[in-house]
Amino acid sequence: MATRGFVGRRSPEETQKRLPPGQHRVEDFPILQIGPNPVIDLATWRFTLRDGAKPLKSWDWDAFQALPRTTWQGDIHCVTKWSKFDTGWEGVSFDDLLADAGIAAPTDFLLAEGYDDYSTNVPVADLVGGRAMIATHYDGAPIEPDHGGPARLLVPHLYLWKSAKWVKGLRFTKKDEAGFWEMRGYHMYGDPWRDQRYTGD
Amino acid sequence: MTEAPDLRWREGVITAIAPVTARVKSFRLRTKIADAYRPGQHVDVRLTAEDGYRAQRSYSIASAPDGSGTIELMIEGLEGGEVSSFFHEIAEVGDAIELRGPIGGSFSWGPADGGPLLLVGGGSGVVPLLAMLRHRAVAAPEIPALLLYSARTRSDAVALAEIEARAGAEPGLSLTFTATREGGRRIDAAMVAEALDRLGQPARVFVCGATPFVRTAATLLVEAGVAPGLIRTERFGG
Repeated sequence: MATRGFVGRRSPEETQKRLPPGQHRVEDFPILQIGPNPVIDLATWRFTLRDGAKPLKSWDWDAFQALPRTTWQGDIHCVTKWSKFDTGWEGVSFDDLLADAGIAAPTDFLLAEGYDDYSTNVPVADLVGGRAMIATHYDGAPIEPDHGGPARLLVPHLYLWKSAKWVKGLRFTKKDEAGFWEMRGYHMYGDPWRDQRYTGD
Repeated sequence: MTEAPDLRWREGVITAIAPVTARVKSFRLRTKIADAYRPGQHVDVRLTAEDGYRAQRSYSIASAPDGSGTIELMIEGLEGGEVSSFFHEIAEVGDAIELRGPIGGSFSWGPADGGPLLLVGGGSGVVPLLAMLRHRAVAAPEIPALLLYSARTRSDAVALAEIEARAGAEPGLSLTFTATREGGRRIDAAMVAEALDRLGQPARVFVCGATPFVRTAATLLVEAGVAPGLIRTERFGG
């Protein structure tokens, strides 16, 4: 149905091609989160891979810094309708984490867990092959707390709520278990190009 | 946790339009969403041009569930805003608008969540908090609540007359209002401490406003000893 009198302000064609359905481009970097920023001390920061409750491998901040570095540049898309183009990130790829731990992924799904009470589910297939990292730098500088620093997950081909801020670990799960937003009606997978915002999309 | 709502796009019809402030207008829409939402939740709005081009935005619901079959949105006219300028300049009573919702169960409150209830709003970020206040008045007036509201000026403040009238008339509801460009302080530690003193330790805290406001308010609350897990934040506008 057309909305009476709505013309819209179309972006240039080049921009439109890069915008998933329902998204618009922003130049700033909006901040969305469920609560206050958690207080995180790098001296006690740890990042842990778990299989269910069982720890598989854990890194402190210095050990994490010694891992191979990965960079990624591209567009990110938030379920609240904004997209930001040409963002630059640096961190440690999921592949390199598994390699350093000397393991293969024990299951096909996991929950990324934050230092706040946040969690979000992602299939392992979406993290391997250079598709995801634990990012520590944004546009060349350490990630600010507002954007999830000191370390956040980055899965840029999914809506940004999947890229958990203040991440403290990844927990492999036998089944695809819903995280914080997924339990509250948001989509289990969250592909921006398929407009998968909410359950049923 | 609520049951998954039916989030298909559905037409709503504008039944009333009224000015709220110089920059904010109120829109009443008749929609099925009115039957099942919690104060604090929002809706997505989708506009479609003749050639199929579409734009979507999210807007907080300002009304409390009231059996009217309608919801109220308060939409701020943003400079160059693609969707907000449609609402401000073109939309008329009788127009059909596509909506889906309700969305956002984390930033929502109902009587079962209890109190005391501390609400902290900056500018038009007060809109979802207004829905909570309106609901509390009807559904749970015994729950103590306090709204800490910061706006640039009295005339910029959204629904200030209603909020002040409620604070005057409703036992258990307190208001701290500050107009930061009219000699009022910006939200600070003393203001937060005084609010917590008046209200008692809150069971739920909701903070909504522009990013710097939310960051400052959330930090002050945590520093004042409020458990981070009780605080829910939402950024408004943009």
